[in-house]
Amino acid sequence: MATIKIISDSCTGCEKCIPACPFSLIKLEEGKAHIMPGCTFCGACVEECPFDAILLEEEQKEVELSAFRGVWVFAEQREGEIMPATFELLAAGRKLADALVESLSVIFLGDAIDEKVDELKKYPVDRIFFVSHPLLAEYRTSFYTRVFVDLIREFKPDIILLAATSMGRDLAPRVAARLKTGLTADCTSLDIDKEKRCLVQTRPAFGGNIMASIVTPYHRPQMATVRPKVMRPMQPTSLSSAEVIKLQPDLRSEDELVKIVGKIKEETNVVDLQEAEIIISGGRGLGRPENFSLIRELADLLGGAVGASRAVVDAGWIPSYHQVGQTGKTVQPKLYIACGISGAIQHQVGMRSSDVIVAINKDPEAPIFNIATYGIVEDLNRFLPVLMEKLKNTSSGRS
Amino acid sequence: MRIVVCIKQVPDTEELTKVKVNPVDNTIVREGIKNIINPFDENALEEALRIKEKNAASVTCISMGPPQAEDALRKALSMGVDEAILISDTCFAGSDTWATSYILSEAIKRLGDFDLIIAGKQAIDGDTAQVGPGIAEHLGIPQLTYVRKIEIKNGMIRAERALEDYFEVVEIKLPALITVTKEINEPRYPSLRNLLKAKKIKIPLWDNRFLNLAQDKIGLDGSPTRVIRTFTPGLPKKGEIIQGDIKEKADKIIEEIKKRNLLRWLQ
Ligand SMILES: Cc1cc2nc3c(=O)[nH]c(=O)nc-3n(C[C@H](O)[C@H](O)[C@H](O)COP(=O)(O)OP(=O)(O)OC[C@H]3O[C@@H](n4cnc5c(N)ncnc54)[C@H](O)[C@@H]3O)c2cc1C
Ligand SMILES: Nc1ncnc2c1ncn2[C@@H]1O[C@H](COP(=O)(O)O)[C@@H](O)[C@H]1O
Repeated sequence: MATIKIISDSCTGCEKCIPACPFSLIKLEEGKAHIMPGCTFCGACVEECPFDAILLEEEQKEVELSAFRGVWVFAEQREGEIMPATFELLAAGRKLADALVESLSVIFLGDAIDEKVDELKKYPVDRIFFVSHPLLAEYRTSFYTRVFVDLIREFKPDIILLAATSMGRDLAPRVAARLKTGLTADCTSLDIDKEKRCLVQTRPAFGGNIMASIVTPYHRPQMATVRPKVMRPMQPTSLSSAEVIKLQPDLRSEDELVKIVGKIKEETNVVDLQEAEIIISGGRGLGRPENFSLIRELADLLGGAVGASRAVVDAGWIPSYHQVGQTGKTVQPKLYIACGISGAIQHQVGMRSSDVIVAINKDPEAPIFNIATYGIVEDLNRFLPVLMEKLKNTSSGRS
Repeated sequence: MRIVVCIKQVPDTEELTKVKVNPVDNTIVREGIKNIINPFDENALEEALRIKEKNAASVTCISMGPPQAEDALRKALSMGVDEAILISDTCFAGSDTWATSYILSEAIKRLGDFDLIIAGKQAIDGDTAQVGPGIAEHLGIPQLTYVRKIEIKNGMIRAERALEDYFEVVEIKLPALITVTKEINEPRYPSLRNLLKAKKIKIPLWDNRFLNLAQDKIGLDGSPTRVIRTFTPGLPKKGEIIQGDIKEKADKIIEEIKKRNLLRWLQ
């Protein structure tokens, strides 16, 4: 890796390097130049220094990068069903693979789900690695990490995409740590830098106030988790000639570190907020917990999911997994309807990337109106019934 | 029983919108920003203290960061942790999640034996959720992420993990690392007395002279990822306030929903 050093004995503190740095990362400390973190090793200061006091050592590549080829998508299954985000990853992965003129492979772990492999074969992918074992039926960090790392070590992919779901975000950092490679979380856009043949991963940080583009220059594979619902899913073509590579790992139940002893479903039909295209959220403006029925009714009518502000979650009106916001879920639906939500910054950061935001609030000064596509200043108890009545009348064509 | 809690100092939530990219040199402007303990890490601290109260445990809190991260550790001390250690060195700066979890795991090894490590589910500045699992991997211990409830009995943990649409109940043998969500508890406020007491405690500093970690595993050099660009995204435009009577407003919304093809059945 590249390193940069100030040779203290040579540095006179002339400050010539300070304006030379395009990133303003050099300052004077105790009469000597000091390079702050964030240096990209561009070398501008080295050329500027009249005393040869800055030493830049070029990187030696840690791994032979060209040995790593192709794009892999981790196909997440839950209870045997392929998660919808997988098809978004496939579309993104296909684009990256095409840009690099490389192959696209799917990694599928599970047990006795051969018919799902046939489903995957309908998509334009080149290879399907199907790893089948009873101990892989349900996600468990240790077995999945082991199998995945073994595959990566053997087949050396260049790029790996996983969904930024609770599973993807549990598995990916473990795999990346074991392989010592870069991992970028929760990406919202992915591109190929054609010249360097590397993956440029863009993601929000600081609650979405800043976007950062991140690369993994000297390590392979380049790994990313991708935020669900941001990319368009791939459509099946049924013409695929994907090669299926079936593998049986050697796993023993004695190595099982974590035992799954049960599942709790607190509500039936909880729609996964991050997967929903339409979300109707309720806040303290609902007035009473029973009024969530208005929100649920509208959600049913529109085929959407129910969201909530933290205030009502804390008040115990609705379980926490409905919470949207900084300490809840980050969502990006096509339509977000905020009812009786003031729009505190912590709520906003979780929903403001929605395509269309409708806010219903009786206070015209509510901050939610600063980000709403459409603002409706009304009492929600009066407005929602009117809206629903009208929707029902327009919905006569609904089958 | 020994518990280690990893906490990170982050910009206060209210201040996140003030974090801006300096358009001239592309660096992140953090000046004048108030810092807090990452909210989920307060839950991690609280859970450790509750376990301590029930099981005669000792709680050590560590944080890696610039010298001012000491404030976060002092708050942890005032909440009641037994020991707080600041891991700080200019050569640690620029660490990505790989390098951060490596440094933290090495610091934990230096602490000696431990039974349980608790981290937050993610830090609100980077939102990566990668450091917890990274530490567990470097230490070679199992992990449970997104934990909203734990019970400890005979060297076993029984935990509930929050997944997208249900909770998973799992059992695991200690030692292990867990990351916690905010549902797990309500963090306590330190009493004035404890705040004053914590002020006087000297917080040990572990730098790289002490930890002696190889340059190529720490800081920017030890980080597989590089940020090559930061920018301020276009925020949603302030939209329109819809005028008219209540029926007209409802019509307008339905019209917009139609126009944008948001509902398949409403065309
Ligand atoms: C560290 C931290 C993390 C946080 N994380 C989150 C998070 O993840 N998600 C989150 O949502 N919050 C979060 N919060 C809390 C956040 O700051 C707000 O307190 C919360 O979002 C407010 O919820 P609310 O809008 O429902 O309630 P309020 O702020 O009380 O707003 C209620 C709104 O309803 C309107 N209203 C009242 N009656 C009616 C009516 N009849 N018809 C129409 N409108 C009406 C009022 O005008 C008001 O604007 C966090 C806070 C902190 C400190
Ligand atoms: N610099 C740090 N020092 C101590 N703990 C950290 C640090 N960075 C992250 N953590 C822990 O790891 C969790 C996840 O952080 P992140 O991976 O940055 O989202 C946090 O909630 C902390 O518990």
